[in-house]
Amino acid sequence: MMSPIPARLSRRGFLGATGLVVAFSLAGRAFAQQSGGGEGGAGPAVLAPDLPGSLKSHPFLDAWIQIEEDRPITVFTGKVELGQGIKTALIQVAAEELDVEPAAIHLVTADTLLTPDEGLTAGSHSMQDSGTAIRNAAANVRMLLCAAAAEKWGVSAINVMTTGTGSLQAPDGRVVSYREIAATMSLHVTAIPDAPLRKPSVFRSIGKELPRVDIPAKITGGAAYIHDMRLPGMLHARVVRGPSVGTQVDKTDIDLVAAMPGIVKVVRKGAFMAVVAEKEWTAIQAMRQLQAGAFRRVAKPLPGKGVVETLKALPTQEIVILDTNAPVAPAVKTVSARYTRPWISHGSIGPSCALAHFEDGMMTVWTHSQGTFDVHRVVAELIGLPQEKVHAIHVEGAGCYGQNGADDVSADVAVIAKELPGRPIRLQWMREQEFGWEPLGPAMVTELRASLDTNNVIVDWRHEVWSNPHNNRPVGAGGVLAGSEVTPGFPVPEGKPIPMPEGDGSRNSNPLYALPNMHVLYHFLKDMPIRVSALRSLGAHLNVFSIESMLDELAKAGGIDPLALRLAHMKDERARAVMQLAAEKFDWSGRRPGDGRIGSGMGFARYKNLGAYCCVFLQVEIDRETGNLAVRRVVAAVDSGQAVNPDGIRNQVEGGIVQSLSWSSREEMTFDADTRKGFDWSSYPIFRFEEVPGSVEVHIVNQPDMPFLGTAEAAQGPTAAALANAIADATGIRLRDMPLSAAKIKAAIGVL
Amino acid sequence: MTIELKVNGRSVSVHADPATPLLYVLRDDLALNGAKYGCGLGQCGACTVHVDGRPVFSCVTPVAAIGGRSVRTIEGLGTLDKPGILQAAFEQEQAAQCGYCIAGMIMRAQALLERNADPSEAEIRAYMRTNLCRCGTHMRILRAVKRAAIMLKDARTETGAVQ
Repeated sequence: MMSPIPARLSRRGFLGATGLVVAFSLAGRAFAQQSGGGEGGAGPAVLAPDLPGSLKSHPFLDAWIQIEEDRPITVFTGKVELGQGIKTALIQVAAEELDVEPAAIHLVTADTLLTPDEGLTAGSHSMQDSGTAIRNAAANVRMLLCAAAAEKWGVSAINVMTTGTGSLQAPDGRVVSYREIAATMSLHVTAIPDAPLRKPSVFRSIGKELPRVDIPAKITGGAAYIHDMRLPGMLHARVVRGPSVGTQVDKTDIDLVAAMPGIVKVVRKGAFMAVVAEKEWTAIQAMRQLQAGAFRRVAKPLPGKGVVETLKALPTQEIVILDTNAPVAPAVKTVSARYTRPWISHGSIGPSCALAHFEDGMMTVWTHSQGTFDVHRVVAELIGLPQEKVHAIHVEGAGCYGQNGADDVSADVAVIAKELPGRPIRLQWMREQEFGWEPLGPAMVTELRASLDTNNVIVDWRHEVWSNPHNNRPVGAGGVLAGSEVTPGFPVPEGKPIPMPEGDGSRNSNPLYALPNMHVLYHFLKDMPIRVSALRSLGAHLNVFSIESMLDELAKAGGIDPLALRLAHMKDERARAVMQLAAEKFDWSGRRPGDGRIGSGMGFARYKNLGAYCCVFLQVEIDRETGNLAVRRVVAAVDSGQAVNPDGIRNQVEGGIVQSLSWSSREEMTFDADTRKGFDWSSYPIFRFEEVPGSVEVHIVNQPDMPFLGTAEAAQGPTAAALANAIADATGIRLRDMPLSAAKIKAAIGVL
Repeated sequence: MTIELKVNGRSVSVHADPATPLLYVLRDDLALNGAKYGCGLGQCGACTVHVDGRPVFSCVTPVAAIGGRSVRTIEGLGTLDKPGILQAAFEQEQAAQCGYCIAGMIMRAQALLERNADPSEAEIRAYMRTNLCRCGTHMRILRAVKRAAIMLKDARTETGAVQ
């Protein structure tokens, strides 16, 4: 069984951590901070702006690293494992700068009593925020250990070496362990910004393909997930809701269900209803009985129109993203196009799950939310406890790819547990609840217009994007479903845009290309007719799709090669390098020309123009009888700065490519006036094995000693664009409305 | 009612409603983590276990329907110290991201290799199509199954055993 309580800390460590909790609440929240890519609430206050990464907010070394006599070196991160491999990469970074074996590190992930608050684990920020902080904190600790050993031995600190095994060595061969030296000093000191970092030439851990630390339990049935937690005396709960957001079950026979054998309680708080049972199957049967009757819509009817009609009917707030002007030659060719994407489900394979235990006035919540500290604040407000009476602990769930039901289910279970003091409660949503109630990835529209001069120079570039907010991460009780169901309810907060450079609907609407005249306008739509929030890559999926489709449309208009057009407008050497490497590995120059059936295409972006560079080439084959599409081969190149775990980067990019192909070629949540129409894997199909590409190759451009660049979301946009461009190359048909489905391809091909 | 089951070679008895899907008995009564709740509809394969060597969706299989047949879960294939061949192959290929689907994937692939020790790429894809992955780990899963087939072949050559 998974231990409900994290490894017990020694008194000194615990006091250190408690001291930090006090510091967080005194320091308040800074509204300019972009931790987690600007998603969620404001990040923790910046206390030390000169320090790198999240050290800015948590400058004390013992917030990150503790070396105690009786346990492994403990490293703390406010980020969490989502299946992206972050634990392994952070352990490698810590091991490198402490100069110990990775196995000597015990990593503690987000826990509101133990770890720094680093905001959300989102926006491909973990290596930039936490990886950078841990690396520099570890370098500081190593520097202090060397200094203390030097003092002990009466030698100069530069002559003290680390051995790679957790010891320090004097020039005369004397050796002392880190633990022994650490016992003579305090790590409750602030970091300095320039502690010497280890050089790539001597790296022992960074850059190595360390096997993921979380995989062994996952392939042997170990307790790997929150779903696998079994606490003594635990009860099982299910929430009772209508078929999708905005509905409520009508009158149900609660007394009859409450009297069923094995039912412990039917919890009702306003319109919130849940059933609690000794056994999980009993809870499910009771839930089904309570949901069996009629339901009614309690919110406004769903739009029931297409993406463009729905979004363009909403009031807008205009945000100028770019407005540059330079003298240019006259335009001779102009292309205008509109691109769209529909509402997309996160589609986690494991429906969201959370546990809670209310005992002695203290609420403990185990959550797989990306924002453990936000869950802490949400739960405190929702159930009316002071924040110090709520303890939130992250435990891994199924992949979420953005804001799925994780935050909602954590709030649900806390409401239930508050009604049953002393009994731990486990709540998992059902498949249809996850599809019906999670926030969807927002639909979006772009309209682009671009012009070439006689030399195929892009002399004008206009990009307008219409989008709802992508950041509706709950930071208070009004942001979760239960907040609107309990009485008195909490108002749903108004949607806000994420400012550039991260952006939300505007993310990656600013081309990285060197274009003299760029006019980019974000029509921000705060009113949300459909519940939406962050989906991996936010607006970058459609913005990159649009930019990179337009470049191919321009290349066609100008009669030049799409790669040549891109390279002619790209000054960033690292961008050029990933494009050229991917082109070479794909054999772009030797590719088979589009022949009505087979074709190739490319897409490029630097995620947010701040993160990893990613270029994707792929080849498709179209069945002209049916419109069916097969992706035969994908080749990508990625530059993530200093690569910490190359296989981890490949795994993320491979996954991003396959997921984006599924989103972009077949996924779409549909609606009628009352409900969502996708509620299972037959009404919302995603890729199965026969549909994934024939092959996927990912090549890494390593940049020793360069900053870590967030990678996990880098492939989503370039892959979608490469798909559209390959279909256009194969068939001459330009599809601009995702999903690029077989039906749309067939309709465009027409009767053979 | 009391139901007798044979799970991973062990005889166990549980008190359960006979209509309870096998999944909940495995997870909640027998504390086996491998089989996962994914859809409850037999559409995603996260709950895949073997009943008398055949892969079944434990989320839609009533426990009372098992009878005397043997149930095998991923815990029955191997352990951290002594992983089964497929478990070892998935580890070597690092064929997981979130991994929620992976126990089901391994059980499905185990059933395939027990029937067809040398499947083609197309046969693997066709057989594995019942199981969904959302992280996009498919390419690694395919490599892991192929690697396991090679490892099996090597193991047979070494021992001279005939399957």
